[in-house]
Amino acid sequence: MRFKGKAWKFGKDIDTDQIIPARYLNTSDPKELAKHCMEDADPEFVKKMQAGDIIVADKNFGCGSSREHAPISIKAAGISCVIAKSFARIFYRNSFNMGLPILECPEAVDSINESDEIEVDIDTGKIVNLTKNKTFNSQPIPPFMQELINTGGLMEWVKKKVKA
Amino acid sequence: MPMTITEKILAEHAGLKEVVPGQLINAKVDIALGNDITAPIAIKEFRESGAKKVYDKEKVVLVPDHFTPNKDIKSAEQCKILREFAKEQELTNYFEGGDVGVEHALLPEKGIVLPGDLVIGADSHTCTYGALGAFATGVGSTDLAACMVTGEAWFKVPESIKFIYKGKLNKWVDGKDLILYAIGKIGVDGALYKAMEFCGDTIENLSMDSRLSMCNMAIEAGGKNGIIAPDKITEDYVKERAKRKYKFYSSDKDAKYSQIFEYDTAKIAPQVAFPNLPENTRNITDVGDVPIDQVVIGSCTNGRMEDLRIAAMILKGKKVAKYVRLIVIPATPLIYKQAVDEGLFDIFLDAGAIISPPTCGPCLGGHMGVLAEGERAIATTNRNFIGRMGHPKSEVYLSNPAVAAASAVKGRIAHPDEVMK
Ligand code: SF4
Repeated sequence: MRFKGKAWKFGKDIDTDQIIPARYLNTSDPKELAKHCMEDADPEFVKKMQAGDIIVADKNFGCGSSREHAPISIKAAGISCVIAKSFARIFYRNSFNMGLPILECPEAVDSINESDEIEVDIDTGKIVNLTKNKTFNSQPIPPFMQELINTGGLMEWVKKKVKA
Repeated sequence: MPMTITEKILAEHAGLKEVVPGQLINAKVDIALGNDITAPIAIKEFRESGAKKVYDKEKVVLVPDHFTPNKDIKSAEQCKILREFAKEQELTNYFEGGDVGVEHALLPEKGIVLPGDLVIGADSHTCTYGALGAFATGVGSTDLAACMVTGEAWFKVPESIKFIYKGKLNKWVDGKDLILYAIGKIGVDGALYKAMEFCGDTIENLSMDSRLSMCNMAIEAGGKNGIIAPDKITEDYVKERAKRKYKFYSSDKDAKYSQIFEYDTAKIAPQVAFPNLPENTRNITDVGDVPIDQVVIGSCTNGRMEDLRIAAMILKGKKVAKYVRLIVIPATPLIYKQAVDEGLFDIFLDAGAIISPPTCGPCLGGHMGVLAEGERAIATTNRNFIGRMGHPKSEVYLSNPAVAAASAVKGRIAHPDEVMK
């Protein structure tokens, strides 16, 4: 899988309350959640971004609650991929379980400025900053997680098990 | 091979003799928990999988506690999904109305989670149950859905960090301060993906309520789980509550740790975490003049009997400062009743407090005390992120119940000694 899009930069420790504030958690409808994506980090974000764009953040992205509403809102808003220096544990897990591509790559994060054009290859973990003409290799995704992605997420994996 | 308590519990539930950090395992789950925010997604995914029955109706636990009593139509709809599912699946452990409490206070209290268990919960503070000597960790709704079907969950075995606390607690210091202190030292990702094992003579003498509030905040350091080896205090807590067998595990002497921290409790004063991260801790003596609009005493961190008793001790015969709202939220119906029986409600009401039914409520800015723009609260909860208790431009400071109660009286963040002369 390959994506090309514009980078939106965020700082460190972006928590799930900033990604999708709890005041919107009385629904789990992706379309509703998408409307408020990143709202408490940048209230204008949803208006500015376009489908296919990429979120680039510092360390510990997605810390805080276990709400899957966070990766759901990012995915439903049309973000193709999140690159960060590191991810909080449950967010990392949730993203794989539901098929939001995420990559850990501190060097790429440091080199990317807001609005840079970025190309990402999920299979190889290669990140190219087209604006700056620089290439980075992110941490490889563990084989079991690759299997999850290839089967289409955890529930697809479970469905197979149910049938078997 | 020597193993930590976390590794032993994971190995046992994966049906393996031993496990090592980094290893991916599939493990059997003793208790799988969901709430009114996370369970609706899990239930939808469960249905889409084609499964008909949950793997064990005793083990899937649903607790609608976040926006209950239903704060609006949408939350009522979410709760209805849980209720109908619980009815259909005949779940033993479904709680609502006068039976519901904040999940992480409720499950230990009812003996649903026991020592040696492997617990997953679609709620990040599931790590609370480590206080009982269980492996407990927060997951997402999809993990919960998968577990409801298969009874299993995948894990990467975490490395463990050992936190040794030595010495007696200073006055007005409890478990909340011990954990805030550690988070202040290592940061909000200081234990990312790792197990946090708490030990030392301080912990051995620590009450169960304080142990629960410590393990509760392991996630605030990025930890996968917090854990305390079960002992006599654990035994006294669980023996009356348990309806099934449980098992005590402990770390081997020569088990491997990725890091070891040692803290001298003589140096630990009551802690206050400044906005907007739990790592922004200061000693209460270094806080300065911080006026407040609201005080919240409650949540899965500090809404238990010990917490309410300390707050009442400080508030007895005093008044909440003018223009300040003090909201007290007993975490479960049992705690609520016990607080009434012990006369704590009289003290709170005479002081001018508002008493809420058990709910998460303001802890996540849900209801029952949401903040306006520019308002500031001190709370015994666990998170002070931007907008956590309401408006994105409001502020939350975290503390133990003694500091929170004293602050309510003074109308600014205050040391308990200031009101207990
Ligand atoms: S009390 Fe707060 S932290 Fe605890 S489960 Fe409820 S919302 Fe989460």
